[in-house]
Amino acid sequence: MTVGIISWGSYIPRFRIKVEDIAKANGSNPEQIKNALMISEKSLPGIDEDTITISVEAARQAIKNIDSKKIGAIYIGSESHPYAVKPTSTVVGEAIELGNNYTAADLEFACKAGTAGIQICLGLVKSGMMDMALTGGADTAQSKPGDPLEYTAAAGGAVFVIGKEDVVAVINETVSFTSDTPDFWRREKEEYPSHGGAFTGQPAYYRHVINATKNLMEKAKTRPENYDYAIFHQPNGKFPRRVAKILGFNEQQISPGLLVGYIGNTYSGASMLGLAAVLDIAKPGQRILVTSYGSGAGSDSFDITVTDKILFNQKRTKKVLDLIKDKIYVDYSKYLRNTQ
Amino acid sequence: MAVPKIWRKIPEYYNLIGKLCPECNAKFFPKRTVCKNCGCTRMQDYKFEGKGKIVTYTIIRTSMSDPEQEINEQAARNIPYALAIIKLKEGPMLTAQIIDCGDSELNIGKKVKKVFRKILENGPSGVIQYGYKFKIDK
Repeated sequence: MTVGIISWGSYIPRFRIKVEDIAKANGSNPEQIKNALMISEKSLPGIDEDTITISVEAARQAIKNIDSKKIGAIYIGSESHPYAVKPTSTVVGEAIELGNNYTAADLEFACKAGTAGIQICLGLVKSGMMDMALTGGADTAQSKPGDPLEYTAAAGGAVFVIGKEDVVAVINETVSFTSDTPDFWRREKEEYPSHGGAFTGQPAYYRHVINATKNLMEKAKTRPENYDYAIFHQPNGKFPRRVAKILGFNEQQISPGLLVGYIGNTYSGASMLGLAAVLDIAKPGQRILVTSYGSGAGSDSFDITVTDKILFNQKRTKKVLDLIKDKIYVDYSKYLRNTQ
Repeated sequence: MAVPKIWRKIPEYYNLIGKLCPECNAKFFPKRTVCKNCGCTRMQDYKFEGKGKIVTYTIIRTSMSDPEQEINEQAARNIPYALAIIKLKEGPMLTAQIIDCGDSELNIGKKVKKVFRKILENGPSGVIQYGYKFKIDK
């Protein structure tokens, strides 16, 4: 049975803040930060936006192209669900008028909760339990003022509908690499996350992304040159570029899905928005590799082939690139007001 | 606002569900049980597309009053904001906030479309109310 993505939708809030404005408030050198993180600006939510509103807007885009009444499940992955108890996914279900005959749950696995949702939906559809399942990754990422995270923590998200009819991108294989690695966390009732500094790199991000990607290529019997596009989780501009180089992917393969330089790290939305940006432009027959990363820690890797059905969706779906271009800059005081 | 009232209004707030009179075809938002034109009581649900034009607007520069002691921190921090009377494409008019735009982008007659946003937070431990606001339709 051919199962994969049948539709997708994206959403990025309109507000942006430049690295220079955050650096000025922190008394730091902006050029040094820009060079270290390879990021020039980031998105931030409106004062009335959160993970629920972002997920709803992305889901409304995603269901434009399909018969949404066939959706049997909703999973929304985030580390900034507005409620500690009460699901984001039910608000999304109501806002896209799914009725009541569907199952729903919120997911949490740092920045990879969205791709974990894709795997769950894949299992539900492949097993024949339902025709379609919807999953999203969205965040209004938190960061302590003055913390290096403040330059990257951003807002945005993407939603994918997984199904077996009119598949626009077949998911050929998926594997995961998971371990207990405490590189980044937020304790119950704490406002901001904490992290292990440089420890978030080698034993955390690199180990998981590299192993998941290698295992996927082994399972799919592919090599980096078999892929037209590769998307890696993007907490900053440096990590995904370096991991791509280590694995043998070139700049041409990764640049269409590398959005962090323009919108920052949208946490659970990051690799999902990267994939959406690639689907916006991919041609039938092209092959895509996606590897997410979530602290704590794990990576999900996907081998995807685009079908000719994608052309219909591409005409009707709001493009990630257009969402990136549609922006309003704010200063640091407005940024603080919107994010605290 | 009481939780049951928020729950009852979900179709209106999330998806602009109003009423259609099957007798005279009049459309209403918010919902009403009797048609004000012909007195028909068999009103049917009707989903408005969510597109319209600004009839008039104002910029609110002071935080809203709070006579029922429903502390609304979010709205208080949100000033200044634009509040408009919008005429929907299908006819009815409603009052809503216009978001994500500067004062210079606002004009009477400007086309707007609905977006899904947070409306009220009933204090830090209360239920969050979501619903429609509008943005400029480019």
